[in-house]
Amino acid sequence: MNIKWFKYSSPQTFYPLAGKMIPWFAWLAVVLAIAGLYVSFAIAPTDFQQGEAYRIIFVHVPAAWMSMFIYIVMAVWAAIGLGLNARLSAMMAQALAPTGAIFTLLALVTGSLWGKPMWGAWWVWDARLTSELILLFLYLGFMALQSSIDDPRRADRAGALLALVGVVNVPIIYFSVKWWNTLHQGSTINMGVAPKMAMTMLLGMLLMALAFWMYSIAAALMRVRCIMLERERSADWVKELSAGGKS
Amino acid sequence: MFMAQDLACLRGDRLLFKNVGFELKAGGLLYVLGENGCGKSSLLRMLCGLLMPEQGAVFWGNKKIKEDAESYLPNLTYIGHLNGLKDDLTALENLQISARLAGNDVSSKQALAALTAIGIARCANLPVRVLSQGQKRRVALAMLWLTQSQLWILDEPFAALDVASTEVLASRLGEHMSNGGMTIITTHQDVSISALTTQTLRLSA
Amino acid sequence: MKTAWTNAWLTVLKRDLLLALRRRSDIATTLFFFVIVSSLFPLGIGPEPAVLSSIAPGVLWVAALLAGMISLSRLFSADFTDGTLEQMLLAPEPLALLVTAKILAHWLVCGLPVVLLAPLIGLQYALPNEALLVLVYSLLLGTPTLSLIGAIGAALTLGVRGSGLLVALLVLPLYIPALIFGAGAVAASQHGMSAQAHLSLLAACSLLSLVLAPLATAAALRISVE
Repeated sequence: MNIKWFKYSSPQTFYPLAGKMIPWFAWLAVVLAIAGLYVSFAIAPTDFQQGEAYRIIFVHVPAAWMSMFIYIVMAVWAAIGLGLNARLSAMMAQALAPTGAIFTLLALVTGSLWGKPMWGAWWVWDARLTSELILLFLYLGFMALQSSIDDPRRADRAGALLALVGVVNVPIIYFSVKWWNTLHQGSTINMGVAPKMAMTMLLGMLLMALAFWMYSIAAALMRVRCIMLERERSADWVKELSAGGKS
Repeated sequence: MFMAQDLACLRGDRLLFKNVGFELKAGGLLYVLGENGCGKSSLLRMLCGLLMPEQGAVFWGNKKIKEDAESYLPNLTYIGHLNGLKDDLTALENLQISARLAGNDVSSKQALAALTAIGIARCANLPVRVLSQGQKRRVALAMLWLTQSQLWILDEPFAALDVASTEVLASRLGEHMSNGGMTIITTHQDVSISALTTQTLRLSA
Repeated sequence: MKTAWTNAWLTVLKRDLLLALRRRSDIATTLFFFVIVSSLFPLGIGPEPAVLSSIAPGVLWVAALLAGMISLSRLFSADFTDGTLEQMLLAPEPLALLVTAKILAHWLVCGLPVVLLAPLIGLQYALPNEALLVLVYSLLLGTPTLSLIGAIGAALTLGVRGSGLLVALLVLPLYIPALIFGAGAVAASQHGMSAQAHLSLLAACSLLSLVLAPLATAAALRISVE
């Protein structure tokens, strides 16, 4: 097959590049996570109101940040893929979705773990938690749509459109949930805003957020490499790769 | 003038065709030939703008159809594999609605005349659901007696037609070409159609 | 040019209404679904009027949401299989415009009957008169949003396996603002407050989706027909 794979040329050059970048980001993630956890668990002071349990926000808040941020990044990649018909960006969007969903789940789980000692319940219909739950639905919808369409090009474009529709809706959903929450419960429960944002706490959170960043990049790159191989199994460069048996 | 340049079509990860190009002038007829599954229908859908080419472009006049759909679509009549008929509507209603959607406000008299031309007038007021495959096909093809567009793209128009309707259709196509129209068809039947220029495009897998 | 657009728009609207008229059972199905779902709650919860009237706004709105959602599969799938959708894509008129005609027809057939029936169900839930009126207003303002947003989901899942469940997963999270404002409006009037703010926000949602959803639906249809 002798077609000019001109649109494929970027995955072909990107594949080895991504392979070289993964270890760097992975190691950075590990180092930053160790530093972040050390700051949050050993250095940061015990909160006089919440005791030790508050320390879970060092995971919860960065995870919630990442979950929203990744959705936006995913939508941007999807928009580029849709607008310029660029395959690599569509693959990046597809690769980011599971990572985003994992962070959303992490934010939900840590949120409910924090809720138990704070409010005595595993689940409280707090505005942030509820928004995170809806965000998880949006991620799941994106992944379900992509995986149920067989033709990869249609899957890319349909997923991209859905991500864009989602990104327009996220602020509306967030606002409506917040409004609903204040109407029904008052603002007695206010999660995510720590009582006193000490410098060390901020540092711990930032370190954890950076660690999550590095992890997300490494995970997305690993996943995009798999997607590339799967999608382009009939392209010459993949055949050469598998014939050579090198990574 | 209608032109395709360097078209390639990819379905899944299978390459159906590549480097397909042609130029069609007023009065021209283009046969698209090839075995089953070689991408004839995909090519036709690509020429309509329903399918995005993997590579290459389609031109109407000297503009790409993607960029100037407004001037292209009024000049196009496409009859694909699917007849585009509603089972619950009568043949006459179907035809009138299709024509109106194509920007062509026809009276029921004109629509009936079109149905008469292809010999299916007696089914005019029957719901399409009760018609046979060949009759449905003829209702869809009756559009060709109503449309004023210059370019016709027809996917297997002769399939399921009887001998008499095949001849009627062939002469209608000939008439269209003699009026300066252009036609692109796929067919398995051996039908002679008169045209100013006749080209053949063979797709090979 | 403009008259041609109006003609085509009216043609699509009339055709879809005519088709619905010839398939009246389809309208009835949506309506029955709405009635059955909302009648199940008292059976599960108990006939206590105070409890019922406090859950009524949410239950009726969720039932309307679900009824709207299950009728979505009918929006484009018949057109997709019989080829009329292809012809609509090739029509010289802007696709987004024709899509609004289809959505309007769908709303008139599946949305409006639910709006009209809702006060009757509201009576079963011991809703006071003012709240019944607000319920009708909120559904009148909110159900168009459901049809408009739902159309995007219906278009994206055309011809996809398991599209019925998939469309629920895609569309229901996007329905949340309409649910919150709609049910909130009824609840507000129950508590003797003004439902004005809720209804305004609901109207804003409808207007926003009227502007954006047809464009997104048109784009989704082009992707799906390919």
